[in-house]
Amino acid sequence: MQQTGAKGTEITMPQFAESVVSATIGKWLKQPGDHVEEYEALCEVITDKVTAELPSTASGILVELLAAEGSTVDVGTAICIIQENGIEGQALAVKTTVAAPASSRTALEGDSTLTVTGDQSMRHRYSPAVRTLAEEYSLDLNLIAGSGLGGRITRKDVLDYVESGGSKQQHQDVISAPIVKSSSAVSANEIPMNAPKVPVRSTGLHLSDNKVGPYVDIEHKQSSDSRGEYYIDITPIRNTIASRMRQSVTEIPHAWTMIEVDVTNLVTLRNKMKDEFKRKEGVNLTYLAFLMKSVVNAIKDYPIMNSVWGVDNIIVKRDINISLAVGTEDSVWTPVIRQADQKNIPGLAREIEQLASKTRAGKLTPGDMQGGTFTINNTGSFGSILSYPIINYPQAAILTFESIVKRPVVINDMIAVRSMANLCLSLDHRILDGVICGRFLQRVKENLESFTQDTNLY
Amino acid sequence: MAMLTYLDAIRLAMKDEMERDENVFVLGEDVGLKGGVFGTTKGLHAQFGDDRVMDTPLAESAISGVAIGAAMYGMRPIAEMQYSDFMLPATNQIISEAAKIRYRSNNDWTCPLVVRAPIGGGVFGGLYHSQCPESIFFGTPGLKIVVPSTPYDAKGLLIAAIRDLDPVLYFEHKKCYRMITGEVPDEDYIVPIGKADVKRDGTDITVITYGLTVHFALQAAEELAKDGINALILDLRTLQPLDRDAILEAVKKTGKVLILHEDNKTGGVGAEVAAIIAEELMYDLDAPIMRLCGYDVPAMPISPPLEKFYMLNAEKVQEAMLQLARY
Repeated sequence: MQQTGAKGTEITMPQFAESVVSATIGKWLKQPGDHVEEYEALCEVITDKVTAELPSTASGILVELLAAEGSTVDVGTAICIIQENGIEGQALAVKTTVAAPASSRTALEGDSTLTVTGDQSMRHRYSPAVRTLAEEYSLDLNLIAGSGLGGRITRKDVLDYVESGGSKQQHQDVISAPIVKSSSAVSANEIPMNAPKVPVRSTGLHLSDNKVGPYVDIEHKQSSDSRGEYYIDITPIRNTIASRMRQSVTEIPHAWTMIEVDVTNLVTLRNKMKDEFKRKEGVNLTYLAFLMKSVVNAIKDYPIMNSVWGVDNIIVKRDINISLAVGTEDSVWTPVIRQADQKNIPGLAREIEQLASKTRAGKLTPGDMQGGTFTINNTGSFGSILSYPIINYPQAAILTFESIVKRPVVINDMIAVRSMANLCLSLDHRILDGVICGRFLQRVKENLESFTQDTNLY
Repeated sequence: MAMLTYLDAIRLAMKDEMERDENVFVLGEDVGLKGGVFGTTKGLHAQFGDDRVMDTPLAESAISGVAIGAAMYGMRPIAEMQYSDFMLPATNQIISEAAKIRYRSNNDWTCPLVVRAPIGGGVFGGLYHSQCPESIFFGTPGLKIVVPSTPYDAKGLLIAAIRDLDPVLYFEHKKCYRMITGEVPDEDYIVPIGKADVKRDGTDITVITYGLTVHFALQAAEELAKDGINALILDLRTLQPLDRDAILEAVKKTGKVLILHEDNKTGGVGAEVAAIIAEELMYDLDAPIMRLCGYDVPAMPISPPLEKFYMLNAEKVQEAMLQLARY
């Protein structure tokens, strides 16, 4: 993982998971000139599977970055050089010149890469004034040259940068950018495409307020009519989502079906239990946990739902590992609850909450994402009542749990007000047909409707 | 407009006010026949006589006590302390009586008293003739404290102090007496108490100071301007009450602030100014608040080389300003 040369020790891209052959540098957490301790995080690394922080394998001064943010690097390639302690590190010129990848930052007015030499020890010590201005003008401080002590960016540097026009276009774009930010595994019809004026309704799984995931670098490229359109760079996670979605819809013949479930008794049960549950267990008792239990039990009755198309055969998985779609502001992740059939409702509720908060904090590990056999998406958490989900390749089916809505319902020729929810299922029609899926959904419905006020959670 | 020294401006202010208002009188050690040890009251005795320019015993508590009584009775006394170093016997009268009269009488009584006292070093005066006592009185509500740096301010502030209804400590820097000259209008004017003054406008760093060090800062700023560093110099002029708005505005303009004073650093006026900035302008600061002040030693050394080492000067100030500008 490291090689000592004339300049110092090369840090190479490690293999994060067996199948990973390359990884993308998300964000450099250390800059040339910074002191790095062994095991300290050097940069964020994004793979198809996960975003992780890359720990340093040496301690010393970071001398040179060999890979720019946003560039994809093969496993084993050197990404930076560290001058280890003890090696005459006195007068070493710190280099920051990194070739920016073509797709990522294009130059603002010519040149965005900064060539800096000399003492850079204060390069990333931002004063309150600098931070305030950077926020006000939405500036990327990495693009601003520092004239202060130790390469520090002074308030004046920022003001000069603003005055020279460096930020104006960036500023405008950021204001209008949220309009295009949206993503989910489900059909776009149900997702509000405009930035919401009011706080987004969230029952915890989707759409956290604090944005996580890679930095979205927005550029304004010159076009003949700059008011008509503008461009957003594709982030690595966006790229992964895009290729997975494309693969799924092109390879898997999707079919779709929906069922409605009367969850009135479940609502009563949950309302009765939730406060005590929260107090006892420390996590929220969510509808999702009940749904997951119902789905898992139905899969046990219809194991074919838990399978993969193997061309020559159909591979049925014994373990029921539920992938849970968790949306953030600009991406969607599918952490996995393993052996979900071995867990009771409190266990599922706890694991759902842990994975959701891990996702929102951007702390998922490759292990958290592997081995899913069936996907559940709680689309009701962002207000959807009907979705057409795309299957999480290579699984056989995906189920969405839509909003619980009170509706007039006919029961025994009388009209009653009941809490109703839709369940939508997209299925791989190579493996599954209407009848089996209909039965499966009926079983899920029966399971959900059989929860009563007296059901024991444990 | 006449070009006057700082000392002449002070004398002229007293003379004008004594001519204008017969309640104004001066008392202090050697202020009469001798005209003061520095000559600030020269000629006043001849013009106004024994009753209005009074030589007193060497008893500062008596000088201030008599002045407080006269002020409460409706007179406008100007009590001179020969050196601010000698003022300490009078602190009980000033802090416990003068400062509290309006408050303790529920606004029935006021104490329109001026205490003039020369402060500061640089004149080889040693331990007992060089002190800066601002911090002793600074935290006393009920007192006003002014420290002029220019002849214009010296006259305007002294007239404002004489006309003010509350006790005002008027600290004049003895090194400025003859060193600093400037234009002073002939007509009647005041410099309002509680208003700081931007002595030099700038965009790169802010220097907040008062008294003699204003001049060091101005000289240093001229030197630094040759290198393209533009310093804003804010002269506080009034220490109590501080001109918060002016301080905040001046700091906001550059985000970098150096506070200068000759009084020692610990517990000095600069500490309060720094605290105000930290309270209000945290997010506008571009550099740590910097202070350049007198050393925390008991007194001015009585040795010319050591005094030179102790005192601030334009070079030291310039060095500090440069350091801040480069940060």
